[in-house]
Amino acid sequence: MNTNATTVPAIRAKGIGVAFGGISVLRDVTLDIMPGEIHGLIGENGAGKSTLGKVLGGYYSASAGTLEVFGTRAHPWNPPAALARGVAIMHQELQLVPDLTVAQNVFLGIEEHRFGVLKTTEAARLDALMASSGFQLQPNAVVSTLPIADQQKIEILRALARHAKVIVMDEPTSSLSKGEITQLHEAMKALRDEGRTVIYVSHFLDDIMETTDRVTVLRDGALVATKITAQETKSSLVSAMLGDGKTETPFPQKKIPANRTAALQVTGIASRNGANGATLHVNKGEIVGLIGLVGSGRSEIARAIIGADPATSGEVVLEGAAYGKASVAKSNDLGMVMVPEDRRKQGLVMTIPVCANMTLPHLSQFSLAGIIRSGLERLRAGKLIDHFSVRPADLDGNILNYSGGNQQKVLISKWLMEDPRVILLDEPSRGVDVGARETIHNAIAELAEKGAAVLLISSEIEEVLGLAHRAYLVDRGRIVEEIDPATSDVAEVLAALFRHQGTGKLEEAS
Amino acid sequence: MTFVTLTRFFQNYAVLIMIIVLMIVLSLMSDSFLTIRNLLNILNQNAPLAIMASAMTFVIIAGGFDLSVGAIFAMGSVCSAWLALNVDPYFGLMMAPVVGLCLGMLNGLAITLLHVHSFLATIATSLIFKGVAVVISDGRLIPVRMAEFTWLGRGSFGGVFIAVWVMIAFALILTFVLTRTTYGRKVLSVGGNEEASILSGIRTNRIKISTFALAGLAAGLASSISVSRISMGQASAGAGMELQAIAAVILGGTSIYGGSGAIWRSVAGVLLLALINNGFNILNADPFYRDLTTGLIILAAIGISAAGKRR
Repeated sequence: MNTNATTVPAIRAKGIGVAFGGISVLRDVTLDIMPGEIHGLIGENGAGKSTLGKVLGGYYSASAGTLEVFGTRAHPWNPPAALARGVAIMHQELQLVPDLTVAQNVFLGIEEHRFGVLKTTEAARLDALMASSGFQLQPNAVVSTLPIADQQKIEILRALARHAKVIVMDEPTSSLSKGEITQLHEAMKALRDEGRTVIYVSHFLDDIMETTDRVTVLRDGALVATKITAQETKSSLVSAMLGDGKTETPFPQKKIPANRTAALQVTGIASRNGANGATLHVNKGEIVGLIGLVGSGRSEIARAIIGADPATSGEVVLEGAAYGKASVAKSNDLGMVMVPEDRRKQGLVMTIPVCANMTLPHLSQFSLAGIIRSGLERLRAGKLIDHFSVRPADLDGNILNYSGGNQQKVLISKWLMEDPRVILLDEPSRGVDVGARETIHNAIAELAEKGAAVLLISSEIEEVLGLAHRAYLVDRGRIVEEIDPATSDVAEVLAALFRHQGTGKLEEAS
Repeated sequence: MTFVTLTRFFQNYAVLIMIIVLMIVLSLMSDSFLTIRNLLNILNQNAPLAIMASAMTFVIIAGGFDLSVGAIFAMGSVCSAWLALNVDPYFGLMMAPVVGLCLGMLNGLAITLLHVHSFLATIATSLIFKGVAVVISDGRLIPVRMAEFTWLGRGSFGGVFIAVWVMIAFALILTFVLTRTTYGRKVLSVGGNEEASILSGIRTNRIKISTFALAGLAAGLASSISVSRISMGQASAGAGMELQAIAAVILGGTSIYGGSGAIWRSVAGVLLLALINNGFNILNADPFYRDLTTGLIILAAIGISAAGKRR
């Protein structure tokens, strides 16, 4: 690595800020990334590490601050501009054309041609590229037939074919086996030794410790510190990620449920989508948290319970009564509902007004012989709008134009209209402002107080600890530990998650 | 009224504005245009297409496409004529919508069970339906010259053709269903966001199947009016009507991406197409330019409404 003061940094970020829809996700980040280093970006879920990686790689443009690439100002900054300046980004979801061959993918968009007719030089070009980089792949293999690790190599070759000097890798190991991860790390080191720069975004601390020269820690969208990895330990990085004491609005007081009767009992639920034998229960009046890292299968467990994904095995018992083949419609009829994590894709229908969104799951309550009783519908929806102080408070409002916080309020109130017995909340306060967050927290506490069983999923550990009576740790689609939020803090929980993550990986590698 | 609200208004009501402009132009250019007789004739001639376009609106709002309604129309035409000759004329007229309903339901089942796009599935089923219609009619015309059969297409009530009354009633009922019933609300939400609808406990496949059944029913009803009017069943009836119906729906301003739309828009779309045709007839304009003009007007109308939706 090279941190010599006379070297021009590969990328110099000054006061970078990013905001999405008025919500700031990255604030005043100033950072030098040097040529010939592997630079790690770490932080808790939502700390902004991925966003920063995407800004450095040209995928997002910053709303504040400036970027310099090899000493000159980068403006405008977008994927083509970044590529032209030698900066490439490798997304978490690989951007390959599955039906084309390795060679065709590597040279996609930069094919050599004469008047649009392809030259037959592709194989030779690829050979030269593979020889210089040390990656060996079958040039004529169709991409969709290759394992993910090979597909990542294609992405890297693609970046090299465009003479990339800086490659941003966003969570590249999340779907790799142990052996493939080692291969990727070797490749990264080979790139570094050639003098190229790798920016490595990951939530796997072991990987970061093993490969990076320097590491930048982010917390709540701000840069905490940039450190030389060799001088750090895993626990010193964890404490840097957490900091000491966050500014957080106080959580509502936890009421101890009166009687401990189980409302929801789940035994060994599994689905093709990622639930892997989870066993848990939630009592009446209780808030139970599911904590896990991104991709741990938290949401998939909830989807399997409610019947959104077909369960391949396992049993769901609702207030003592088992029910077989679950479907969302059936679950809803029995009083179990789910607030999905992605309000735009899974939650709201953007083409119908606020009121219609709220009453969508409860239409039979507002109709007589299939005809909607509009007065009653508007009355009930209006009450919820008041209760949650949705702004603008317009029954016929176009939900598309509402702020994230108000959309989320509509989404949650939609599910509270008929007093559910069991409610699964997936990321109830993601991407909302402080005010909406407090409203939502109070609504969750109030719901439990009224006797509903609440299963709360959140990537913010603090939120779960603040609201839940009990919490489960989740890794790879199953429950690995149960904790008492009253006696745990975020650092312990995170440490426990990383510990379980380690054991999970070993199993998978075999 | 600010500029923005004004353009929004034009986009929302582009089809009505074009109808009004066209009517003004045509009544200035010809004395025979703005007569009750001519206007009623336009409505009467286009009643079958308006019925089909009204039901097609449901399919498109729910996020689908139905290219088989022309073939269902042919099936309805052949079946009702055959039944009228061989069983009973009233029974023949009555059965066309029933046949259409069944075929539409088959469309819906094929789409949801095979998980194929409705565009492809209905291309295939339209060939099948058309083929069956040819087999039933043995490739020949089936003439039915009985008053008990022709009253529906030729008769009138209160000075207005029965077909027009049927069209008005059908469009009003569908408007009510779309805007005031739980079923209509579900159709809108399935087209707007299928995933959210599933998670709201809506059985989205049933909703989709039902929209195709409705489109089939409407094609059958339209064919019974038409076959009664020309007193002749034939397997080539209805050719191209599926595209006209879809064009009318889109022309009216219903979103091709699903999730929003209105029945009156589709009826207005049919009327706009009809006025263009009528204009050529009463002005004795060169019919060679008819398709060209129709195409340009469709392009203009969808261009206007798309301009505001780009983000």
